[in-house]
Amino acid sequence: MSAAPTPPAGSAGWTIASIRHALESRKISARELTREFFTRIERENPRLNAFLALSPERAFAQADALDAKITGTEPLPPLAGVPTALKDVLNTRGTETTAGSRILKGYFPPYDATAIDRLDRAGAIFLGKTNCDEFAMGSSNENSAYGPVHNPVDLDRVPGGSSGGSAAAVAAGLAVVALGTDTGGSIRQPGALCGVPAMMPTYGRVSRYGLIAFASSLDRIGPFARTVEDVARVMEVIAGRDPLDATSADHPVPSYSAGLDVPVKGMRLGIPAEYFAEGLDPAVRQKVEAAIARLKELGCVTTPVAMPHTAYAIPVYYLVATAEASSNLARFDGVRYGLRVPGATLSEMYRKTRGAGFGAEVKRRIMLGTYALSAGYYDAYYLKAQKVRTLIKSDFDRAFQQVDLIVTPTSPVPAFKLGERTADPLAMYLADIYTVTGSLAGVTGISVPCGKVSGTLPVGLQIIGPHFEEGRVLRLAHAFESAGGFEM
Amino acid sequence: MKITREDVLRVAELANLELTEAELSTYGAQLESILSYCEKLNELDTANVEPLAQVLEARAPAEAAPQHLREDASRDAGIIGEVVRRAPEGVAAQPAYFRVPKVIDR
Repeated sequence: MSAAPTPPAGSAGWTIASIRHALESRKISARELTREFFTRIERENPRLNAFLALSPERAFAQADALDAKITGTEPLPPLAGVPTALKDVLNTRGTETTAGSRILKGYFPPYDATAIDRLDRAGAIFLGKTNCDEFAMGSSNENSAYGPVHNPVDLDRVPGGSSGGSAAAVAAGLAVVALGTDTGGSIRQPGALCGVPAMMPTYGRVSRYGLIAFASSLDRIGPFARTVEDVARVMEVIAGRDPLDATSADHPVPSYSAGLDVPVKGMRLGIPAEYFAEGLDPAVRQKVEAAIARLKELGCVTTPVAMPHTAYAIPVYYLVATAEASSNLARFDGVRYGLRVPGATLSEMYRKTRGAGFGAEVKRRIMLGTYALSAGYYDAYYLKAQKVRTLIKSDFDRAFQQVDLIVTPTSPVPAFKLGERTADPLAMYLADIYTVTGSLAGVTGISVPCGKVSGTLPVGLQIIGPHFEEGRVLRLAHAFESAGGFEM
Repeated sequence: MKITREDVLRVAELANLELTEAELSTYGAQLESILSYCEKLNELDTANVEPLAQVLEARAPAEAAPQHLREDASRDAGIIGEVVRRAPEGVAAQPAYFRVPKVIDR
């Protein structure tokens, strides 16, 4: 703990609005700000391992282009000069993109993912690519081929996963905002464990074009930031229909930031008892219950809601996600990109390349997914899981007929020690118990910090909303954050 | 659910994965334990439940995917040179291609 870096006052203070103000009033140039962040990354990253690749050439080019536009008369773009970190599963033109895997070492994509292109056009500065569990498969970041990320609040502990590098970078002040991806909790859970707001948008809300796919019926792209307001500001840039992603929804994108201050008095919040059952750390429970009491003080009304299929979400998730992964990861075969291990035949080349290129957890999941889809087992596992997925979604549909939002813990435990759970894959899967449900139902959710346990370890409050109600989720999260009253 | 060595070999073959002896035995035991856990789903009667592949299909027609299906027309993204240059054995000929071992034997 004593070795943990303390975020310098300057970095922790930057927000999207304060950067805009500093640029407009010429207190700092985009180039100077970018330089400040690279200096901090060079100093802190060796301890955290949050970044896998830096992109100073692109960052300074973006900064210079922006500085040339600061005339004092024209309005700056919405994310002007904002130092941004990007999870390494997102394709970025000209910057090495490995998805945390050996099989993509040396891969430099020729194009930007749509979410990244939108940030670029909005004036963001791309610092580099953040470490993650290999192909986003993991809950602790220990499945990265490039070593684990260390949690900035305690270097002996995990940052959560799979977007651990993005969460740690924002928490340590190495970036003002970051993009992550969430398939079963990979944005919300590291957000909780590192103590920063982190949002999973509704399925279809943000284009996945250019995302290296893990499980296509679950994958989302979403932001980490220091404040809920900044999460909202990134959301309104990246959300919206994209002709390049047929699963992106044609649904209007409101100004999330403009709606943040609408009062939350009278909001109906559902509290599902299933999320406060066996397995929840008592200290975490206490913080979450205190947070719910705080929400009542703000005028919200809480109601118990029944979500009876919650206990089945982990097996459903691990069957559906691995089946989809086994299909999506078939493209990594040594032919077109990344690693190739020579073989006498095409088939031998595939096998050797994939055997050498994928790590243990990725192979385990490909095996599980292939098994669940294989002849003779499809009905018993994959089809059964899809049917129970319907029941899990109907739990949410029913609850949202009674309440506006659902409030739960994000993770049953605070950040655990590195190495503590790696021996037992099933124990690691249970870390996702409160997040996989929302993933399967396609709904939106955020994790916001709600205090600390053991003096240092952050706890996250999860706020879940119906499809396309990001605005409502952000509004409650913002009201909670503004009310304060918990240890930060 | 008993997972035999033959099951593991069959799945590895389907998945195009070369596994070491050590991996063969760990994955066998781990798949068995994970699949046993998944059998918890059999507690639920799903005889009259429709499977859910993804949530978009359940939405209102205005948001459903079909109206977004575009014409299946190719367009030049202008990146072929870059793609073959970065590929393990890309060949920048006209047209560009990837070199692979011969495929006739299988």
